[in-house]
Amino acid sequence: MCEYYCAFAGTNGKDMARALKDCDIKPRINIEEADGISFAVSCRHCREPLCVKGCITGALGMDGTVITIDKDRCVGCYTCITLCPYGAISASGDGAVQKCELCVSTSEGIPACVRGCPNGAIVYEERA
Amino acid sequence: MKKYVIIGNSAAGIGAVEGIRRIDAKGEITVITNEPYHTYSRPLISYLLLGKVTEEKMKYRADSFYDEHGCKLVHETAALIDSAAKQVILSKGSRIPYDKLLAATGSLAVIPPFEGLGTVKDKTTFMSLDDAKKLDKMLGADKHVLIVGAGLIGLKCAEGIIKKAARITVLDIASGILPNILDDGGAKLVLRYLKSKGIVFALNAKIKRFDGNNAVLESEDKINFDILVLASGVRPNTALLDKIADIKRGILINERSETSAPDIYAAGDCAEALDVSSGKSRVMALLPNAYMQGECAGINMAGGDKIFDKAIPMNAVGFFGLHIVTAGSYDGEVYEEGTDGTDGDKTGEVRYKRLFYKDNALNGYILIGDVEKAGIYTSLIRERTPLDTIDFPLICEKPGLMAFTQNERSAKLGGINT
Repeated sequence: MCEYYCAFAGTNGKDMARALKDCDIKPRINIEEADGISFAVSCRHCREPLCVKGCITGALGMDGTVITIDKDRCVGCYTCITLCPYGAISASGDGAVQKCELCVSTSEGIPACVRGCPNGAIVYEERA
Repeated sequence: MKKYVIIGNSAAGIGAVEGIRRIDAKGEITVITNEPYHTYSRPLISYLLLGKVTEEKMKYRADSFYDEHGCKLVHETAALIDSAAKQVILSKGSRIPYDKLLAATGSLAVIPPFEGLGTVKDKTTFMSLDDAKKLDKMLGADKHVLIVGAGLIGLKCAEGIIKKAARITVLDIASGILPNILDDGGAKLVLRYLKSKGIVFALNAKIKRFDGNNAVLESEDKINFDILVLASGVRPNTALLDKIADIKRGILINERSETSAPDIYAAGDCAEALDVSSGKSRVMALLPNAYMQGECAGINMAGGDKIFDKAIPMNAVGFFGLHIVTAGSYDGEVYEEGTDGTDGDKTGEVRYKRLFYKDNALNGYILIGDVEKAGIYTSLIRERTPLDTIDFPLICEKPGLMAFTQNERSAKLGGINT
């Protein structure tokens, strides 16, 4: 579900089923699963972010503690994909890369994946 | 108040400014550049010619960067370092005193001493924004461009100008392309792809001399051209520290970005550091390392304590939509899979994967086409992760965090050490 809520959060639509109908969704959170184990992976917003340090254009940056992407300045060289140890940055399909920005510009304070997870397995909190 | 002087205005120099300001909010920072520009991203010069970015969008940091970081930008050439007096002497004679100095002087194009090179009218290297502007002015729909050198610089240049010239020939003395980042199989695949996009190659070709608009080869064949791009290689720009600090190929630095000379640091393409994937000292001329070495230098210059000991060679590059990601050294046993885009139902899909491992560690990889989650492999190389602590067969097939133990996953994803 988190993958769908994430993809929906980027559409500005009202109704999820309609907004994502017939879409090949490109969520910024991804489920890894095997042998009955499954978990969600999205940007860890590292304190020492390799993606930001390695970005060749300056498109990746930090807004406080949130790592953001300025798609206008991204040329799609994929240096960040080469650097992210979590595999949390992906191609967006429009030439630029995409990553979780904690819904800072799209949602009401709580990331869509957190609100949408029916099991309460994704939490949004500060950790030291 | 401490005085910091940084020679160089690209990734390593900017990294140092940001590093210094993490520790010292007040010290005086002077950045010296021999170019007339705001800091810009050097790898974007081919994208500029391609029309994918504008000069404005090439800026590596915002217009307000120097003001916000309280640093002075001096557009002049650093001519000499007087290490006894701790001063940098500029080309017009003025002196800038320093407490801590960073050499972030980058690399220079290597131009082989071809006979008759002086008779070629329209020629350029392809290293800087000025080079790109110069080339752009020479280009035209009826021009034949000869690029000497089939490495990253030459091929990115070819991609950048393909729509602005009648014909592009890439010449190299070697039999393959991109020798620094690809193995034979990968090089053949990319070569075929580039040819399919209209680039003409002259490989195994040695230039004997130039004669005006002709390149005369050892074989006595002639290649007629209008514009010559010299991209046969680069070397670290180390001259300023000659006889001041230890230099091999590059200026030798330790894991604190210190040179052998007191209070002098070096970072980026001019420096040579330990490559943890091979255990050898190497010049790793690539932007992420430049930034990280520069940032490390900056923090230490300002009195902090920073170690950057995870440098490895690494490249992320795309040609006409085909992505290539490589890292580390290609040493050890090989895991391989992929398709070259010519077989049966996979026609058109290029996918090439090689993982190199030895002594329980991943040393390097090459991915062409599908580069998803490549950073997980990079991390295995950088961290020297013992391969018997993860599910290596699984991760070979598909990079993911699933291959790590549950404890390791909890630490990575929850920030909790269990």
